[in-house]
Amino acid sequence: MTTLSAKDRRQHPGALRRSVSRNLTAYGFLSGALICFAFFSWIPMVREFILSFQKTNFVNSTEWVGLENFRTVLDDPAFISAWVNTAIFTLLALVFGYIVPFVFAVVLNELRHAQGYLRLIVYLPVMLPPAVAVLLFKWFYDPGAGLFNQALGVVGIPPLSWLDSTTTALPSLVIVSTWMNLGTGTLIYLAALQSIPSELYEAAELDGAGLFKRVWHITIPQTRLILLVMLLLQIVATMQVFIEPFLLTGGGPENATVTVAYLMYQYAFSFGNFGGGGALGLMLMLVLIVFSAFYLRVSRDRT
Amino acid sequence: MSQSTVQRPARAVKDSAPPPKHARRRRKTKERPQQFRGLVSPHTLTTPRGKIVYWTVLTFVVVGFTLAFVFPLYWMVTGAMKSPDELVAVPPSFFPEELNFAVYAEAWDLLDLGTFLKNTLIYAAGAWFFTLTFDVAAAYALSKLRPVFGKVVLALVLSTLMIPPMVILLPAYLSVVELPIFGWNLLNTPWAIWLPAAANGFFIFLLKRFFDSIPRELLEAAQIDGASPMRILWSVVLPVSRPILGVVSILAVVNVWKDFVWPLLVLPDSEKMSISVGISSLSAQMPQNVLIAALVIASIPAILVFLVFQRSIMAGLTAGSLKG
Repeated sequence: MTTLSAKDRRQHPGALRRSVSRNLTAYGFLSGALICFAFFSWIPMVREFILSFQKTNFVNSTEWVGLENFRTVLDDPAFISAWVNTAIFTLLALVFGYIVPFVFAVVLNELRHAQGYLRLIVYLPVMLPPAVAVLLFKWFYDPGAGLFNQALGVVGIPPLSWLDSTTTALPSLVIVSTWMNLGTGTLIYLAALQSIPSELYEAAELDGAGLFKRVWHITIPQTRLILLVMLLLQIVATMQVFIEPFLLTGGGPENATVTVAYLMYQYAFSFGNFGGGGALGLMLMLVLIVFSAFYLRVSRDRT
Repeated sequence: MSQSTVQRPARAVKDSAPPPKHARRRRKTKERPQQFRGLVSPHTLTTPRGKIVYWTVLTFVVVGFTLAFVFPLYWMVTGAMKSPDELVAVPPSFFPEELNFAVYAEAWDLLDLGTFLKNTLIYAAGAWFFTLTFDVAAAYALSKLRPVFGKVVLALVLSTLMIPPMVILLPAYLSVVELPIFGWNLLNTPWAIWLPAAANGFFIFLLKRFFDSIPRELLEAAQIDGASPMRILWSVVLPVSRPILGVVSILAVVNVWKDFVWPLLVLPDSEKMSISVGISSLSAQMPQNVLIAALVIASIPAILVFLVFQRSIMAGLTAGSLKG
């Protein structure tokens, strides 16, 4: 009944005027968000390209310099380190931060007790502001009185130098990052695991499949889409790593923890070279856009 | 009529945020003993050997998780109360020698945590307000008013999801230093936090998807009664959208509360810093126990919010259509 009369109205002579006013209203509603997007997303997206071909400081007017920024950045010895470190960081973060939450979720899913408590505490670090978590771990990593070396001492293992050695600094950053992020993955996997039909497990069990076979042939295939989505999400997130090197090591020792995002920050705010920072940002953008486009495709297919 | 239509969006959003009255029913279907089974069959668990293995694993997991996720926080809270001498003692004391709560007051004064907390609260509240106002209005326009080029606008909005925030950090910073067209400098003003926070494609996506599930007839009925689009949004759409508004609100506040890089760049003035940036900028000059006390104070609001809104936060986690 209501739909009918609405249709009738649309055929009235005033339809054009109404459509104009509807559009005006719609764009009125959109205007606030569109302005925010324009200034802080769309213009910056375009400007990222312009920036990397310009010389920008806040003293002289900007000028076009062609590929000079890229040359400067490529000649920087820290450039290679930054990409290698970012790649290693991402890889290590995947080994820990990707597999561990899945194992946690599979185990938690089997427990009939204390699940609420375990879910709660696994997500607790995620809620802490990252700066707090990182500074807390900075204290734990303290070579003298830090919790970790004290704990190693109790077991009788000689102390490590954690953030101060080129070999342990990067893995130390991965540990913090994993600790404060793995709650998210665990809970998302847990939700996915609960939608696996029990019959599949029953059938597998009747066929004599052992525990690990059941994980391999049922749990993983049944959750493979979510596993792929999380993989891509995590790659994109960890390749932007900044706060860990910024607060823990300042990129040292000997560039062992310089990451691309951190180098970009340094170019802009320590060296006053926005063009160089822009060039690095552009390169990072081109790499990450591949993963995030793939992610959007995969996650759209699922809905 | 109103009853049946109110139910529909609620059902559609089940994967993102169940409204309270559905929550209970949904839980029931998930209740374990009868229907649910995981890898291990319920039968195995009743055998003596199964029982032993189960309880061993359970104990191991509970102890392990507590050590990994709760113990660091315990160490932080008690570490703050230890004197500098006690902090470096080997082996460390498990309980502080005395419960020195004065250190928290000292941290509060020394680091000026009151100012930082107040700033962060202002940033989070404003970001919440602008995010909800702008993004709800935009999602409503895209979903229900459907203007010309609405699809193009939506595609542009969703395209921002492909660009991770870190890679446009510098040009976005330049927008703050000198706002294009207007030329205003927003550095050290709350606008530098509020407006970029509202430019969130994910929120618009979530809201639009929810609004899409609200039946057209409901809106058309109000339209025929002569209600303006604003009025329809306020009295028809928003009341049925409470679950998604809750999810978006919490995500918006938590995002601002946790953010570090952006406030670090756009609020360099120590009077204007957010709590994360403020504490880390002063961290080098503070005695260790005072710094740790400051970290404890900074974590309290986040943990309180988590404990109170746990349900919505967990719902927000899976809101991105991440359901198996």
